[in-house]
Amino acid sequence: MDDLLSEFLTETNEGLSVLDVELVKLEQNPNDEDLLSNIFRYMHTIKGTCGFLGLPRLESVAHAGENVLGKIREGDLVVTPAAVSLILECLDSIRSILMVLEETESEPTGDDSDLIGRLNAFADSGDSGAAQAETAPVSVEEVFAEEKIKAAAPAEETVAEADESDAVEAPAEAPAETPAAPPQSTQRATKEEVTTKESVVASQSIRVNVDLLENLMTMVSEMVLTRNQLLQILRGQKDSEFTAPLQRLNQVVSELQEAVMMTRMQPIGNAWAKLPRIVRDLSLELGKKIDLVMKGAETELDRQVLDLIKDPLTHMVRNSADHGLESTEKRIAAGKPEVGKITLDAYHEGGHIIIRISDDGAGLPIEIIKNKAIASGLTTEAEAETLSEQQIQKFIFKAGFSTAAEVTAVSGRGVGMDVVRTNIEKIGGTVELNSVEGRGTTFTIKIPLTLAIVSALIVGCGGERFAIPQISVLELVRASANSENRVERINNTPVLRLRNRLLPLVNLRELMKLDPEAAETPAEDAAAEVVSLDKKRKRKDDHFIVVSQVGSYTFGIIVDRVFDTEEIVVKPVARILRHIQMFSGNTILGDGSVVMILDPNGIAAATGEVELAHESEDAATEQQVARGSETVSMLVFRAVGKGPKAVPLSLVARLEEIDLEKVEISNDQYVVQYRGQLMPLVRMEGAAELGSEGRQPVIVFSDRDRSMGLVVDEIVDIVEDSLKIELTSNREGYVGAAVIAGKATDIVDVGFYLTQAYKDWFSSNATESLGEGSPSRVLLVDDSPFFRNLLQPLLSVAGYDVTCVESGAVALELCEAGEDFDVILSDIEMPGMSGFEFAEAVKKDTRWSKVPMVALSAFATPKDLARGREVGFKDYVSKSDRDALVATLHETLAELRGAA
Amino acid sequence: MSSQMDTGKSRGSTADSEKTEEFVTFTIAGQLFGIPVLQIQDVLSSYRITRIPLAPPEITGSLNLRGRVVTAIDVRLRLGLPPRPADADSMSIVAENGGELYSLMVDSVGEVLALPHSAYERNLPTLDATFRTFCDGIYRLDDQLLVVLDVNRLLDYEHVDAA
Repeated sequence: MDDLLSEFLTETNEGLSVLDVELVKLEQNPNDEDLLSNIFRYMHTIKGTCGFLGLPRLESVAHAGENVLGKIREGDLVVTPAAVSLILECLDSIRSILMVLEETESEPTGDDSDLIGRLNAFADSGDSGAAQAETAPVSVEEVFAEEKIKAAAPAEETVAEADESDAVEAPAEAPAETPAAPPQSTQRATKEEVTTKESVVASQSIRVNVDLLENLMTMVSEMVLTRNQLLQILRGQKDSEFTAPLQRLNQVVSELQEAVMMTRMQPIGNAWAKLPRIVRDLSLELGKKIDLVMKGAETELDRQVLDLIKDPLTHMVRNSADHGLESTEKRIAAGKPEVGKITLDAYHEGGHIIIRISDDGAGLPIEIIKNKAIASGLTTEAEAETLSEQQIQKFIFKAGFSTAAEVTAVSGRGVGMDVVRTNIEKIGGTVELNSVEGRGTTFTIKIPLTLAIVSALIVGCGGERFAIPQISVLELVRASANSENRVERINNTPVLRLRNRLLPLVNLRELMKLDPEAAETPAEDAAAEVVSLDKKRKRKDDHFIVVSQVGSYTFGIIVDRVFDTEEIVVKPVARILRHIQMFSGNTILGDGSVVMILDPNGIAAATGEVELAHESEDAATEQQVARGSETVSMLVFRAVGKGPKAVPLSLVARLEEIDLEKVEISNDQYVVQYRGQLMPLVRMEGAAELGSEGRQPVIVFSDRDRSMGLVVDEIVDIVEDSLKIELTSNREGYVGAAVIAGKATDIVDVGFYLTQAYKDWFSSNATESLGEGSPSRVLLVDDSPFFRNLLQPLLSVAGYDVTCVESGAVALELCEAGEDFDVILSDIEMPGMSGFEFAEAVKKDTRWSKVPMVALSAFATPKDLARGREVGFKDYVSKSDRDALVATLHETLAELRGAA
Repeated sequence: MSSQMDTGKSRGSTADSEKTEEFVTFTIAGQLFGIPVLQIQDVLSSYRITRIPLAPPEITGSLNLRGRVVTAIDVRLRLGLPPRPADADSMSIVAENGGELYSLMVDSVGEVLALPHSAYERNLPTLDATFRTFCDGIYRLDDQLLVVLDVNRLLDYEHVDAA
């Protein structure tokens, strides 16, 4: 039977039972307004639902009944026994129609005009009231009589069925014909039938208050924990007489737990019920042909979980239909089937439910997302360059992120995806996405079956114990000073090297503001306290790191000790503690003590927000940073000779440790296989040959798809300092020297080493110094952070005061802001505003229209040259020809001075 | 809350002044306090308490009372009094508030007293502001004064603290 219909039947039958009782009450207290309006409301609901479901016969009967009640409520009619019996009659009529409906799933044909007529007549005049008065007491008695019958004699269904057609008509006709003495036998038969039939749907399900179920669940959960404790004790004892009964208890409790869980389980199809309609409407609205396939709708999960994922699911399907799938024309053009397909798939896996929402649409546009992420300040260009496609796709889960070029009425893809993710993570779930441009997108949601009992890792820190939900724990790492995994610090911030990646760490002790001197664990460790000082000190470097993941953010939580995993019942924290976002709840452990449950989301937010703040600050000061006199982050390292060396951090793609055994030689060059490519390893001038074993720190530089590793001895630090090059260098491979963190540091010319790796990266000539007179101000416009970072030190060395911006638009903002420059260097191929457009804009009517402009480009064809001159570029320099660049700048400025 | 408002009403009416209400008495820093006995679930002496990091200082932690998590609050600190000396004993009164259990840490718990409404007076305006916030009137006893502690307000962090 249709879910909707069976729900309606259950609900209406309940409503009718209530109405029976309430009407009788009303008869005794005719002036009780609350009672009356209650009755009216029930009747109204029944009528409304009938109308909604398209049951005209029921609706018309209910409507007539409601009409009478309405008049009574308004005071036009008074409550008389006649009125009550008339309405009861109306209810019986509804009930009999419902019965047929339940059996055949369609409304029986029949004529209620007589009953309706009488109801209406009564409503209009109150006429039949007098005539009916005497029947009323009989009817009331009937109700009671019926109760007895209900208890005593179960009526036979066959009889009831045979009577059915009569039954429908009977109550309608009877009072009209013989108002003073209603045919009791007929009525009774009807009622008997009502009683037995009613139970078919009603007895299959009962309504229970959700709170009761929750309570039951909590108690069962407690029982499970107590059982676990008992079993634990039993394990320590051999041949206990408790063994057999405990085993039985164990089994019963498990079954009980399952059964109680079942009461909360609902098929996921309930959450999907609305989707076909939504998709159908969308398909009409958007003019797309969409096929919605739903698999595994019968998969059951906790009602609470179901409620929480209903909205995210709807949102995601909507998104898939609106933006995932292309328009029909585009699909045909792309050689895809005309009808787009959205597939929903749900299944169990371990203690989880996996829900997959996939479409065979256009996939997520990587470039657009990347640009959008940069534009909205979620990442920097430098960072974006190093991100994998998947990392970029994950930006759609960030707040306020939408890639939809135009936001349609339905949705902008990405709008609210952050909410989707938050909602799913709130219930301990994860959402992953996999998208191939042109092929489609798949979202995979993984959620726990239930929220009531979770498996948690118990950790100790600063003398306290905490529980971390197992679901957010990826792995445990034991870090000690002499193991492969050790905690290192960058400016006092701990980081962990984990499988060639740096993992940000959060110190739980500091985060929780716990006593730094506190013993590792309470009580139990008393014996362990006797350890020698030496051992203690050694232990200080030992850490346990709980690697957890929140969304795409992986981080480690430093704790003192890791105990065990336990099944815990999550209890909400007291109201007065809700403001502490680090806790998702508390629980009572097997030993009876209370522990707080850590919320990795809260921890990530508490520590991650700081990062975000930094990022936005960085973005705000980026322009300033680029100016020579402002601070620049420098990576300080050691290699060759004693003095520290440094490169601008923004040039560095990654820091790696390379296993020397994996180093190969190709074309007289050290190479290593790195991310599926051969990466040349370059040693600094004068460095020794590479050893054959051990690990070697390497600074990786990349630009577009090329990477190069610079072999160094040791990475020292990252220092924020002004990049003011004090000495220009004639030594090959150095830009010059600068004072960084109070020490003279050689600034390494990355460009030089790049050419060592790839001969064609640049020409390899050393820099020529051209500094003379007061520094001329140069504006460098280039979308590639790599070139900006490369050219800035180069031009600084050449004696220019360089300002770098990443786009023409930003440059024009500077113009409006009143900045002045002697010369503008601009890249040609830039996203958004190209170099040509930028030059046109500058030359048209800005204060800068007289400032000479020089075009930079990787490739300079004669056509480019012509176009460049046309829009106002004075000269054209190939990006890779640094000498020519410096010479051109020099020339241009000399001309300018000459002219002035 | 409702039970308290009722008692408040009856206290105000002088007609039935011979009616009495029962209070559990306890002392904090030498002062006698009382809480209506109906609001109290339990009295505990010492209990293993788990500290709650980042919580306000007067929240001393949480404990397990027959399978329910109880949040422990040091009433001394909540009333703005100096902390209890480290070696001093303490006792706790467990009260339910909004479906949650709270353990109120006090210096010592006394007895149950039936106090006549005629001995009741409203808060005096000259009382310390913190006392005025958390107290719900005073009873004149023969030898001393008993301050009625308002558990609802004591635990109402949102409103009291915002005000």
